Formats: sequence, structure tokens, C-alpha cells
Amino acid sequence: MRITRVAAVAAVAALALTVAACGGDGGDGDDTGSGSKTFEAGSTMERLNKAQKIIVGTKFDQPGFGLKGLDNKPAGFDVEIGKIIADELGIAADKVEYIEAPSAVREEVLEQGKADIVVATYTINDKRKERIDFAGPYYIAGQHIMVRSDDSSITGPDSFKAGDKKVCSVQGSTPGDNIKKYLANPASPGAQLVLFDGYQKCVDALTNKQVDAVTTDNVILLGYVAKSEGKFKLTGEKFTEEPYGIGVKKGDTAFREFVNATLEKIYTDGRYAKAWQDTAGKFDSTVPQGPAVNRY
Amino acid sequence: MSVLVDHLDVFVGGFWLTFQLCILSAIGALVVGTLVAVMRISPIPPLRWIGTAYVTVFRNSPLTIVMFFAAFGLPALGSNADFLRVPGLSSVFSRLSIDLPYFRFAVIALALYTAAFVCEAIRSGINAVSPGQAEAARAIGLTFGQNLRYVVLPQAWKSAIVPLGSVIIAMIKNSALAGFFGVVGDLSNSGINLTSALGEPIIPVFIGVSIGYLVMTVPLGMLLDRVERRRAVAAR
Repeated sequence: MRITRVAAVAAVAALALTVAACGGDGGDGDDTGSGSKTFEAGSTMERLNKAQKIIVGTKFDQPGFGLKGLDNKPAGFDVEIGKIIADELGIAADKVEYIEAPSAVREEVLEQGKADIVVATYTINDKRKERIDFAGPYYIAGQHIMVRSDDSSITGPDSFKAGDKKVCSVQGSTPGDNIKKYLANPASPGAQLVLFDGYQKCVDALTNKQVDAVTTDNVILLGYVAKSEGKFKLTGEKFTEEPYGIGVKKGDTAFREFVNATLEKIYTDGRYAKAWQDTAGKFDSTVPQGPAVNRY
Repeated sequence: MSVLVDHLDVFVGGFWLTFQLCILSAIGALVVGTLVAVMRISPIPPLRWIGTAYVTVFRNSPLTIVMFFAAFGLPALGSNADFLRVPGLSSVFSRLSIDLPYFRFAVIALALYTAAFVCEAIRSGINAVSPGQAEAARAIGLTFGQNLRYVVLPQAWKSAIVPLGSVIIAMIKNSALAGFFGVVGDLSNSGINLTSALGEPIIPVFIGVSIGYLVMTVPLGMLLDRVERRRAVAAR
């Protein structure tokens, strides 16, 4: 009996909080609702606004950017950016639907229309531009190197050229491909490079001293450094620029322009900084400057 | 399909590495599997128990778990599987000798896992030998070892060869998992790298990967068919 009562009280409290939260959101400007925003007829913006639904492709395993928690909802900087774009389209945050867009299928989900936008630590590059279009960038990440705290022998990517240091990254990722050219023998990376299907395995290999370093984008590594209680540190400087963009369907220039304009707007009105502080800012408290969008 | 031509070197390299992995694992699995089979039929109870326990554990654990324990359990126990860095072998299979141990871990995991199935295939072959053969051998005074070597195993191999072939084909396909446990540049890993890091279209890449595996498995299957037909004729 007692347990039931406690549960009931908890449920009521949770309900009250949810209602309060919705009310708060409404006050921030969500009350504009569906009807009050008008878009050019026939555009993607109009279609999404009419449907009152947007599907955002994001990662479910990227702490700080897109991580699906125990509450079954992804959270992170990418997710917040997705919500802001939805908001600009006149779609409430709870009408945003998320699908998982791991690195391997990000182009496919856009091409097949399974997602309207993809915000998934998605580095803009020319090869990808052949299949989809990018708005943004909205953040410039950079590849960095993480080592054990007591290791001072690695100072940057060039430390791998001697051939005696081993490095770990994730298979099919841009950082995993980037680091190859710093290895003693780039043509057969197997002697120095190990690739797993997730970063946690790399961190385990680093702890077990099978590898000497883990490399990927700074934001991901910062998450592990923050969790490691002093066991790991970053070394050297960022040595690449990874401009994270928002993937949209190829050829949808009007929509891309709309997302670009949204980004420029939120750089100045504080929503960008707030999105960062609430999410990735927990690992890296310096709020990034919103990078200039690239209208190619 | 141009990706197959543009990245032919990647596919060929991946094929070659997977091939090496399969050869080494097959040798390991056949040796360990035969030993376990002998243990399972030996007259000494503790050996029988060990053999049974081995088969039970490895046959009923998912390969992912076995791979995981090889890749993360062995280092935690302080072993980098350096005993596999045999000088002569390493000069042919150069991946064995490099500092990063994950190729060796994959060989160990795949060999130990497949050995359980090899053991059962061989045991089925031994069961197919009529009991009179072993009894007659014992009657003329052969020891257990001699009995196995000269009478039972040569006949058992013959009826075990087709199931053994299926076990090895399954092993070749299972080797795709190695790419997820740190083996860089095998067929499956190459395919993933081409699609995600380099953004190549998925379907042609995986057609290429499938061709790689089929090149290894189909000839083996055809060979087994021939062996089986020959044996069927001989039995008539």
C-alpha cells in the first residue's frame, strides 16, 4: 500500500513538473504555434510546418552531442541544434522525432527521406557533398590526442612517425582515417593503428597499455578526460579542423539557406551559447564562437 | 560499382589478411579440436571432464564474447599472446609479429571457438567407426594411443571430413567479427572504413566484401562435394 502511495505521489509530482516545463517553454516563444509562421509555398519548410513534425537524424552514442540516455531520449548539443531548427519551423520540441544516424548511414537516411535533417557530429567534406548538402558549419571540432597522464613521450601526431607508438580510434571514422598519414607506414596501418567499433574499447586498450594514445575529435576526448579522474590527458594541439555541418537532402537549396539563416540568428541571440552550456559545455566550458556559415 | 575498381587494393589487402587469419585459425582449431576430441573419448575420467567442459563452454558462448575475452581479458591477465610470435611463421604471416596484439588475439579466439565444433565433428566421425574395430585393436594388444593412431582416427577422419568442412566454412564467415575487435584492414573492417570514413556507397562495397568471402568459401564447399561423392562411390 505504502509503495503505491509513494509511486502515486511521485507520478503526480512528475506530471506537475512536466506541465510546468511545458508552460515555461511556451513563455519562451513556442506559443507562436503552427499557424503563425508562414513559409514559401511548396518549400520543405512549409511541408514540415504543415505536418508539425520533423525527423532529426542524430547519434545515440556521442556524449555531449547526441547520447541516448536511460529516459530513451537523445540529449546533447546536436540534439539542441535540431530542436532550435524545429522551433524556427514552428514545431514544438516534443514533436521532434529522432532516428539514429550512425556514421555509416548518414547519407542514406537523407537520401531515402528517413530524416529531414541530420545533425550528428557530421564533418563537412567534398566527398559527402556529392550525395547530400550541408548547412553550417555550426561548430569547428578538431582532432586531438589523448594519452595516459604519466606519458610525456607523445606531443602530437608527429610522435607516431617513429613507428614505436600505437594509437587507437574508431573504425569508419574521419579521425581514424586522418591519423593514417602520420604513421610510419601509412599504406599498412595495422602495425600501429587499432580500430574498434566504439571509443570505450579504445579507452580500455589505453588503460591496459595495448595502445599509447587514442585519437578523435576533441569534444569526444574531453568527455573521457572528464570521466577519467586524472588518468588521461590531452596532449599537443588540435591538428585538424572538422567543421560540423547539418545534412539536408541534396539540392534543397531553400531549406539549406533557411538552416543557415537560423544558425546566424542563434549565434547572436544567446540560444547557441545556451545550447552549448547545457550540453557539451559540461566537458568544455569555453563557449565556442559560432563559425561563419558556408554558402557554397 | 566503380568503387570496386577504384579501391581494388583495399579489397585485395582485406582479402589477404582475412585469408591469413583463417589459415592460422583453421590450423589452431584442427589441432586443439583433435586434442579435445581425444580427451573426450579417453579412458581417464578427469581428461574426459575437461574435454566436455571445454566443448560446453566454447560451443555455447557467442563468438563475440569469446573475441571480447581474447581482446580485453588476455591483456588484463597480462598476456599479449606473444607465444604466437613464432619466428618462421611470423615471416609468412607478418601480422603475427607486430606489437599490436589484436591479430593474435583474433587467431586465438577464432581457433578456440572453432575447436569446440571441430571436436564434435571428429567425435561424430569416431562414433561412425564400428565399435568392433576398436575392440579388435584392443584385443590384439594395441594401447589406447596406438588404437587411435592406427585404427580409429584414420577411419574417423574419413567420415568427419564433410562436417569438418562445414565447420571451417562457418569459421571463415565468423572471421568477419575480427574487424570489430581491433584487426585493422581485414575484409569486414575495410568495408566499414570505405563506407563510413570515405563515404563510398554501401551496397557496392558490401558486394565486394561478399565476393571476398565467397572466393574463400565456395571453392572449399565444391571440394567437399567432390570428396563426398568420391566417398559415396567408394562405399558402394
